[in-house]
Amino acid sequence: MAPLDDAKPVATPDEEGTAAPAAGRFLKAIYVYEVPVRVWHWVNALAIVVLSVTGYLIANPLPTMPGEASANFLMGYIRFVHFAAAYIFAIGFIGRLYWALVGNHHAKQLFRFPFWDRHWWGELFLEARWYLFLERKPKLYVGHNPLAQFSMFWAIAVGSVFMIVTGFALYSEGAGQGSWQDTLFGWVIPLFGQSMDVHTWHHMGMWAILLFVIVHVYAAVREDIMSRQSIISTMISGVRTFKDAEAPADEEHERPVKKAARMG
Amino acid sequence: MATLETFYEVMRRQGITRRSFLKYCSLTAAALGLGPELVPQIVHAMEAKPRTPVLWLHGLECTCCSESFIRSAHPLVKDVVLSMISLDYDDTLMASAGHHAEAILDEVMEKYKGNYILAVEGNPPLNQDGMSCIIGGKPFTDQLRKVAKDAKAIISWGSCASFGCVQAARPNPTRATPVHEVITDKPIIKVPGCPPIAEVMTGVITYMLTFDRIPELDRQGRPKMFYSQRIHDKCYRRPHFDAGQFVESFDDEGARKGYCLYKVGCKGPTTYNACSTVRWNEGTSFPIQSGHGCIGCSEDGFWDKGSWYARQSDILQFGIEANADQIGTTAAIGVGSIIAAHAAVSALKRAQHKGDV
Repeated sequence: MAPLDDAKPVATPDEEGTAAPAAGRFLKAIYVYEVPVRVWHWVNALAIVVLSVTGYLIANPLPTMPGEASANFLMGYIRFVHFAAAYIFAIGFIGRLYWALVGNHHAKQLFRFPFWDRHWWGELFLEARWYLFLERKPKLYVGHNPLAQFSMFWAIAVGSVFMIVTGFALYSEGAGQGSWQDTLFGWVIPLFGQSMDVHTWHHMGMWAILLFVIVHVYAAVREDIMSRQSIISTMISGVRTFKDAEAPADEEHERPVKKAARMG
Repeated sequence: MATLETFYEVMRRQGITRRSFLKYCSLTAAALGLGPELVPQIVHAMEAKPRTPVLWLHGLECTCCSESFIRSAHPLVKDVVLSMISLDYDDTLMASAGHHAEAILDEVMEKYKGNYILAVEGNPPLNQDGMSCIIGGKPFTDQLRKVAKDAKAIISWGSCASFGCVQAARPNPTRATPVHEVITDKPIIKVPGCPPIAEVMTGVITYMLTFDRIPELDRQGRPKMFYSQRIHDKCYRRPHFDAGQFVESFDDEGARKGYCLYKVGCKGPTTYNACSTVRWNEGTSFPIQSGHGCIGCSEDGFWDKGSWYARQSDILQFGIEANADQIGTTAAIGVGSIIAAHAAVSALKRAQHKGDV
């Protein structure tokens, strides 16, 4: 294959942004992630870090505090931070779900699992082959690639629901019978057997999400360097930029950015 | 044989004065957590209602529920057995034995059809046609089904009858099964614990006789008045938990100071029972007070949710005993190693094709 540098950038996309799948068309920049999605992403990332650290410390408390019990409240503070971050996580998730309904089509991707789409599975395996060094270069994507979408759907969309439901079930034990947490989520405890099992599963859920975070951060950094589109900066500015002229695999849904001003 | 005497008549016949009777009613109200305005209701119930026949069956069990029951102080078990209920059949407490004892079962079932309470201690094993527990020459399962048929309500005494307990622990060779999975058409009150607290047992009976209805139950069928909070919620060591002061190992300085037993595996935070308020042996003490963590004996799956000495429970499905953190750390290290290797290969590939991209 010819070096990609040789591919000639064609002029900026026309003002109307009509789909023009002609080869060599250069989609310089596309506005992908709207403000609520970006804000949610970083708030959620922070919440996951705080929840994981405090959650781990609740299961494995720090060494004993010296002095009188009345002069210490360490475990209380750790649990408070966990519960506060959990509320932010849960409310953020509901907000994100709302934005999936009213936002652009990229905002919906997190909650979609196109199980019946044969073409989507094909591209998922192509992306997997790229990660296994079996493909020379990956496809271009305006949104998430299918492999990323797959893991985000399970770890973040499904994973968050699981953690919120089990989390509030555990919280209801302290809030007491008759509290709204108990009314809405108390049924989870007999469903799992008893409280101890819900604790264990909630804990496993944390590890599942952390594994996703590890892979997610690595893949984002690596893709930013090695793939053909911007990744990290996109979640800050909202704009996807491309390094070469080929049309993205999911381009048909896109309208290119009209002016750079739109980016601001 | 059971008579239709009221509690009051029985007590008077035993030489108890009316004054003592009223005092007893007040104490019972206090034990149940009822206000003084409900004392007359108890008095009235005792004076007017005929004693309710109770048939107490014993399945696969260790009899610790009976041992606990006979130590009840408020109300005294003697008052419960001799005055309040008509305990017509209980093979460990009754004087008669053999065919004579078994005949009483049939007699009560016929005479008080639909009006007697069935109390079950232990549970029926279903494998090998129920042969692992034989009562009077027949499988206990048969006896249970027969007596349950015309019962007004069933009390599942202890974790065995409520959830399965020790004999239902992995791999459960006899298929010991909790009562509610065998009898599905009767109201069942679960009073779990291994054993349940004596005052909880007599309290449940007193409530049912006084108000002529089963107590309010939670989602898992346990009386809310005794099982709506965790040991942890009312534990006198709770301030040490909130302060972050823990016993790190038995016999350390924290243990001597009476710090929280969370790190040495106390199951108080996941166990619903009244131990930290009612306590045991006439309110003398309870496990945490004597320096040992709660082992969660009144919870479903008790015995398979070990270890009793670690905060996180073992996950047996993984073949080896491991807890959530051990599995999580292993997975994280595994994924981290794969990523490191992947990054190295990626860098090599990139160097190889430098200038291409």
